[in-house]
Amino acid sequence: MPKMTTTTQTHLSQEGAELDRREFFTRLGLGSLGVAAAGTLAFYYQFLSPNVLFEPSPIVNAGKAINFPRGSVTLDVDSAIYLVHIAEGFFSLSAICTHLGCMTAWKPELNMIACPCHGSRFNREGQKLAGPAPKPLPWLKTWLSDDGDLMVDRSVTIPELQFLRV
Amino acid sequence: MPSTIETYFDKLERTRVWKSIFRSGKGSSTLHNALAIQQNVFLHLFPTKVRKRMLGLGATWYLGTLTLGTFLVLVVTGILLMLYYHPSVPQAYSDVKDLQFIVSSGLFLRNLHRWAAHAMVFLAFAHMFRVFYRGAYRAPREFNWVVGVVLLLVTLLLSYTGYLLPWDQLAYWAITVGTNISSAVPLVGEKIRFLLLGGHLVNANALLRFYVLHTVILPISAVLFLAIHFWRIRKDGGLYVRESEPGAAAAQPTSEEQKPL
Repeated sequence: MPKMTTTTQTHLSQEGAELDRREFFTRLGLGSLGVAAAGTLAFYYQFLSPNVLFEPSPIVNAGKAINFPRGSVTLDVDSAIYLVHIAEGFFSLSAICTHLGCMTAWKPELNMIACPCHGSRFNREGQKLAGPAPKPLPWLKTWLSDDGDLMVDRSVTIPELQFLRV
Repeated sequence: MPSTIETYFDKLERTRVWKSIFRSGKGSSTLHNALAIQQNVFLHLFPTKVRKRMLGLGATWYLGTLTLGTFLVLVVTGILLMLYYHPSVPQAYSDVKDLQFIVSSGLFLRNLHRWAAHAMVFLAFAHMFRVFYRGAYRAPREFNWVVGVVLLLVTLLLSYTGYLLPWDQLAYWAITVGTNISSAVPLVGEKIRFLLLGGHLVNANALLRFYVLHTVILPISAVLFLAIHFWRIRKDGGLYVRESEPGAAAAQPTSEEQKPL
């Protein structure tokens, strides 16, 4: 590079706000690399997030209410929900422990729900009795279909003690 | 009079092909010995000279070498197991059962893979305890300690991702619990779990992702960090010698007077 150019550049950058050509192209180059890197990250993030999932529907048809006699707690292992029928009506609970996601089980002899992984215990309404679980078992949206089947949406939680009367 | 084998090797070492591959030449001088190490792509990671006492059992208990040994066993047995294992929901469990009951030597290789995995975790911890209590993690070896911590994490992740592959109840719930732990990360926890599993459930996507992590991504990371780990032993002045030991001052440069080898 001719010495003249360098002198001119130094002169320019000393004058203040204006960038000399080398500095400008360095920043332009680094900036473009940064943009490309961010784009690459976004590209991989999107690639790694599946757009279509072949997972079971969150809405479960539990069948006729008559199959669940009063006083019963029924665990459906496939959908991981409890259907409970007590004097106030029907409700359903998620059977997934709020600690680390294991499936709990109803223990009729103890009258409680227990998790096999780390020993959390819940009562029939899902409230925690013991163990590491940080939250009660969530109540799930439950309704009666037009055909008279009990329906549960596992993706929608509702406030506790909202009973479905059939 | 030299034996037939010796004459054979002597002839072999004079051939043009041999000389083109091994360029250090014939001879047993210090220079030849040093060149034999320096000019080998695998050996050049290591120091050309080691104090004889450091090769004894007492100096290191060979814990690092043994950890590498279990890793090599895992690579060999793992590649062989891959020839019969399909990482898919309908096949994974029965493939592992086939390996145990139908494939010749399958039970042996699977068990070897499993026990070597346990041994590697144990030996990596033992190696780190040894290094820690001897004080060998201190300057100028701090960076190699950090590389070692990375290698421990890679080892544990290899162990964890391999746990899912038999696709039995133990595997399923262990991965359910483990990925739920990762979702406890603030703000991005649920996203991390989603990306790890490739969905919201431990399912076909999760099995495939854990398989790819276990057989490609994590082993490549391990090999990369192992290479840095061994190379740094040389760069940091060889194996650690206690300052109180005779001749230690000469063998162990302090961080100021250390020269690149």
